[in-house]
Order: sequence, then C-alpha cells, then structure tokens
Amino acid sequence: MPSFVMTEKCDGCKGQEKTACMYICPHDLMVLDTERMKAHNQEPEQCWECYNCVKICPQQAIEVRAYADFAPLGAAVIPLRGSDSIMWTVKFRNGNLKRYKFPIRLTEEGSVDPYAGTPEPNFDDVKKPGFFNMPIS
Amino acid sequence: MEQETNEFRFVEKPEVVEVETDLLLMGGGMAGAGAAFEACRWANPKNLKVVMVDKAAVERSGAVAQGLSAINTYIGENDLDDYVRYVRGDLMGITREDLVYDLGRHVDDSVHLFEEWGLPIWKKDDEGHSMDGHQARDAGTALLKDGGTPVRSGKWQIMINGESYKAIVGEVAKKALETNKEATGMEENLYERVFCTRLLLDANEENRVAGAIGFSVRENKVYVFKANAILNGSGGAVNVFRPRSVGEGMGRAWFPVWNSGSGYAMGAQAGAEMTLMENRFVPMRFKDGYGPVGAWFLFFKAKATNGLGEDYCEKHADMIHEEFAPYDNPMGTCLRNHAAMIEMADGNGPIIMHTDKAMQALAESMDEKQIKHLEAEAWEDFLDMTIAQAGLWAAENVEPDKVPSELMPSEPYLLGSHAGCAGFWVSGPGDIEGAPDEWSWGYNRMSTVKGLFMAGDVVGASGHKFSSGSHAEGRIAGKAMVAFCLDNADYTPTFKESVDELVAEMYLPMEIHGKHKAYTTAPENIDVNPNYIRPRMLQFRLMKIMDEYVGGVSTQYKTSKSLLEEGLRKLDVLKEDSKHLAAQDLHELLRCWENYHRIWAAEAHARHILFREESRYPGYYYRGDFPGIDDENWKCFTNSKVNPETGEWDVKKVDYVQLVAAPAPA
Repeated sequence: MPSFVMTEKCDGCKGQEKTACMYICPHDLMVLDTERMKAHNQEPEQCWECYNCVKICPQQAIEVRAYADFAPLGAAVIPLRGSDSIMWTVKFRNGNLKRYKFPIRLTEEGSVDPYAGTPEPNFDDVKKPGFFNMPIS
Repeated sequence: MEQETNEFRFVEKPEVVEVETDLLLMGGGMAGAGAAFEACRWANPKNLKVVMVDKAAVERSGAVAQGLSAINTYIGENDLDDYVRYVRGDLMGITREDLVYDLGRHVDDSVHLFEEWGLPIWKKDDEGHSMDGHQARDAGTALLKDGGTPVRSGKWQIMINGESYKAIVGEVAKKALETNKEATGMEENLYERVFCTRLLLDANEENRVAGAIGFSVRENKVYVFKANAILNGSGGAVNVFRPRSVGEGMGRAWFPVWNSGSGYAMGAQAGAEMTLMENRFVPMRFKDGYGPVGAWFLFFKAKATNGLGEDYCEKHADMIHEEFAPYDNPMGTCLRNHAAMIEMADGNGPIIMHTDKAMQALAESMDEKQIKHLEAEAWEDFLDMTIAQAGLWAAENVEPDKVPSELMPSEPYLLGSHAGCAGFWVSGPGDIEGAPDEWSWGYNRMSTVKGLFMAGDVVGASGHKFSSGSHAEGRIAGKAMVAFCLDNADYTPTFKESVDELVAEMYLPMEIHGKHKAYTTAPENIDVNPNYIRPRMLQFRLMKIMDEYVGGVSTQYKTSKSLLEEGLRKLDVLKEDSKHLAAQDLHELLRCWENYHRIWAAEAHARHILFREESRYPGYYYRGDFPGIDDENWKCFTNSKVNPETGEWDVKKVDYVQLVAAPAPA
C-alpha cells in the first residue's frame, strides 16, 4: 500500500500538536480519520516510499509493504531514526536479516544559526557574482 | 459539453487571504531553500520582505525529500572549464555555458555550508580509506572548506551520509526566513501546504509578474500573493508519461512523484520563454525500484552487460563514434542508453549490472572488516535515497555480492537540474567572456518576464547542477531578486485579472463534483459519471497520449511528425476536458491542478520535439522521420513562448555560442 498504518499502534497523534505523518508527507497522502483517530495513506499508487511518515511516526505505527505490482511479499525495511544516526533493519523474504547504522547529521537538530560568523552583506557587490559570504571579484 | 461555471452553490466560498511581500519564493526545495538563505541576509538590512510558499513541509519537500547518498556537483580540485566541457558533452553539445560556468564558480560554497550546518560528508584517511561523516569528525579530519579530502565516486561527485540532507538545508532556510520575519515585522512568511496554481501579471505594465495565487490543501483558504519579484523553484515533471509500473508502483518513479510540472506550466502561462523543452531524462536504473547506479558504476567499478554478457557500450562504440562523434568522448548518458536500447530492441536483454563480480573483485584486495564496510556502503547508497530499492532487493532475496541485478531505462521525465536541461530561458550573469549581450538582461536568472526569476529544475540549457547546484542557483537568483527589488522600490503590483474570477476558477472542480455527484448510483470509490472527469483518470489519459504519441516506453521512445501532430490534437481535447475536472475535497483539488500543470509541461515537450527536426538525444528519444544528429541545421537552442492573451505558441531557433574551448587533442 506502500506505506500503511497499523491500527493498534496509531493513536492519531492525539497528544501532539499535529498529526506527524500528515505534517511530513511530501505528497499529501496521509490523512487522519478523526472519528476513529487513525491515520491512513489515501493514495497508495502515489506513494514514493520516501519513508518520511515511517521515520517521523512517534508510535512507530507506520511501515511499508513494497509495491504489490512488482515486489514479492514477505520482506520489510524498518528504520529507527535517532538524533544523529539512523538504524536500518532489512528483513529478506527468506528470513535473512541485515542491520545497518548510518550517520545522519553532525549537529543537534534545531541548533544551526544560519548567519553566525558570516559577514554582513556588502551592497556594492549586490550586482556582482558571488554570495554575501563569498565575493567573487 | 456545456461550459461549467462556479457560482459557489455546491462548495463553500473560501476565505481569501492577501499577502504582500517584496520577494516571493515559490517552492521550498533545494533552490527555494538556497534562495531563502541568501536573500534574507541581503533583504533584512533593507527591510525587504521575503515570503516562501511550499505545497508540502520544507523539512521534507522537493526532490531531496527522501535524502541522497551523494552530492553530484562539487568542483573542488577540478578546473571550472572542465566542468563546462563535461556538462556540454553530456547534453550533446548545446548548453548555456555562461549559466553552467556561473553555477560552477558558486556551487562549492553551498557544499561547504551544508557540512558546517551538519551534513556528514565522507572523507579519506591518510591511507586513502574512506570514513563516514561521523568517523571523519571523530578522527578530527578537516572540513572540506579547510582542505579535507572528500571521497569522490566520480570526477564531480562526493559521497555523503545524506538521509537528513533536506532536513538540514530546510532547517536553515526556515531559520533564515525567521530572521526576515523579525527584521520586517511580518506576522507570517512561510506558507506550507499551500499550492500555487497561477502566476498573475501586472495590469499596468506589459510582461511584468505581479503575484501568484494558491490554495491551502488543509483549510478552505485561498492565498493571493502580491510581490515585486517571484522565484519559480517548483521542480520538474514526473508521471507526464505512462510509467512502466501502472499499479501501486506508479508512485515509484525515479524522480519524485510530486514533481507535477507546475513550474513549467505557471511560467509558460505567464509568457516566459522556454528553451530545449524537447530535452528529457531517461535514467537507466535498477529495474522497478529505480535505485541509484552511479555509485555502482563509479565507486564500485561494476560493469553492465546485455543478457549475453556483452558490454553493450563497447559493442556499439565504433557505430556510436561514427554517427555521433564528438559526443562519444566521453560517451554521454543518452548515448549509453542508446547502446542498451539497441540491445533491448534486438531481444538481447535483460540489461544486467554485475554487482556480484564488482564486489568480489574489490574483496580480493580487502580483509573481512573492509568487505563488511563495503557492503554497508552499497546498502547505504539505497537506504539514503531510494529505500524502495532496498525493499525490492529484500523481497527478491537479492544479495548484491552474490547475484547480479537487472537495469531498465525508466519512463521519460522533464527536468533541468540532473542529466537533463528542459526549462526556461534566463538571463546569465553578464560577465562571462564571449557570451552574447542578449544572454544577459540585467538580473541573473531572471526569465523573459520582468520580475519572474527561475532556479533549479525549471532553468533550461543548464543541466548537471543536481542538489548542490540547485541550492547555489537559488542563492544566485535570491541575491539578484534583492537587487531587482532595490531598483524597483516604488513598484506597486496591480493584477490584470479579477481575484474573484480566479478563485472561482480555482474551486471549479469542487463545484462540479458537488453539482453532479448524485447523478449516478456509483459510490465514491468507483465513480463513473458522464458530467465530469476525476484527476486520476485525466492523468491516465495524459500519460497514455504521451506514451503512445510522444515517444514513451511503449514505442521504445520513438515518435515522428505524424505521431506528434496526432498527440497534440489529443492534448487539445484533454485541455478542453480539464475544464470538467471534479474534486471531492481539497486533496483532490490539489491533484486536479497538478495534473492540469502536467498537461502544459507535456504540451511544451511535444511542441519542441516536433520543432527540432533531428534526433539530438538518442537514448532519450528518437524522431523516426529524422534519425541522427544534424549539427549543420540544429546545433542551436530551440526557444518557445506562449502568448498569454491568445494562448498561441511560437517556437524558434536561437544561436548556440561556444564559450569554453574544446580540449586540445591528446
């Protein structure tokens, strides 16, 4: 379905400010059924399997079942995204397992000050090539 | 069919919110994020307002939303002229070398910033072994800007741990916008989940952009943006052609499925001149999952063969040299595709990537720990940017060190940032030696419509920018927009069209659905109704026309004058029917407008292919009636423009000028 939401795990982000999967999906696929307080992917054939809903879900209620029009059943790829790295579990159809951990960032999320230590722009250069921090003469 | 009008009898009239700004950034992908970072720094001390609008969440929007395993443009130790030669060669000789050179001299600064902001970049240790971003940091390795050595997977590419690439770049863009909000006292300057449908032209000044209109996909609200300068950074076009997978797998396009050609459509409708819209990209990737092959070719030195085990590029090298020299040295992306497509058409498929042999060969010179490391690197290549490919290999029990994998050329995509160059004709920087005067009209990356700037996928004739280049190009445009706003400080936008009429047009699909939905007994999920067309079926119709008439996969990328003319006739009728699109909710309204935009991108593509009477990009598409490259008549740009009043297209030739000399023969 590509991404799917497990009924028992999804709580509709009722304790959060907004529904995480709805907030993040780049293609506006995730939708919250406010009566059941459960989210689902409303257009599975439009899903890129970008895993952003899977990674962001605070309940780990979302996984991906690979595209049924070409992928055999029985495998799964499951991420656990931390603050500086991500753990992946790749489950093969035949039961084999692979686990990987990769870095995702070197700074704390939200900590970057965009203009710290950079020079003020020089308006004599505004029509010249180069950037505010990198004049090209 | 009877013309439909929207009297707001079946849908509630939305609230209309007017937003006044100096700079409007349409799209928050790499280009928009770059523009926000650069423009706000210049705008803040001048009290200029910067507003960004994105149809998704900037944290994960655009083509880098999933992440990337490499940055494909980092000049580093290389010669800038060589970068121009590489881009020109891969795009079959025709490129705006002023734009490419300009991009090349700016791009590394964006890469250096990414690293400072927290993007982990692979480095080489003293023995030449690769370290991931964390190992490199822990070993105290120098940053790129301080002379650290990246791990190159090709001459221009560097490896990264890029799962959070967009999250990092987006975080900085949002913070930059925050500084502008504080500097100017705006209440809000980031509008996420707002989809722009149209650019608005000025009532008093000919050929001058004045704003844009869009709707919220979350609430019943329309946004009217009034702006002095607008950046169109809204990506390429995907699923314009019927994809190879037409079930659930339709979403697994190689380029992001949310790239709906909106930038092409909105710019074209506003009358901005386009260039090389016949160009397309057909990536040869792992079959069905479209996972990346670049690192496998370049980094792991894997070989691809036909089903008989023959190296198809080698097999056809002589023929390709004879027919396509000098574009065969090095052999461009489309020519490598061309060689594979000959084999596929001859029944010599499947095309196979020998990952197993490559890894076994590398393992001969490595110990077990290094092999494990190498295997992890191979998986990371997928997990950082095409997780679906890892899922497919797991489902098919593929272990790349043990078995080879099949490759397949995808359906065509329209884009200007990767190995393609379809987009708008923009002003160059103006200081590049030898560039014709008419290639620059004052503001870098401004289109032929005053005040309308372009960056990323929608800039034409300047491919191979990739993620870093798109960011840098957004910065170039963002800075130029500030200069433009300072020069046009007394401009007051006035719209040519009535906002009320535009809002009615925008919401028409909801009105149509409400009006007719009770006509048949069919429930929502199997809607059949003679009074309207739902966006999903409209998209299927578009994809079928493009596939069968404009050189999609079902004709093995071949088309001709007669096919194109028939396809264009069908596109005309499809455009008529788009006035009968129906949407049951705001989500479907989004799909209506995205697919309407796709029709415009498709039409531009078809008209350009029809105009260019040669096959400039064999392996991307073929004119059956004009096979081969005709440098004598067609080594030129092809530019087109729509008259915003009449809707008529005008396509013409524009001279190509070479700025960087060919390398001396070895």
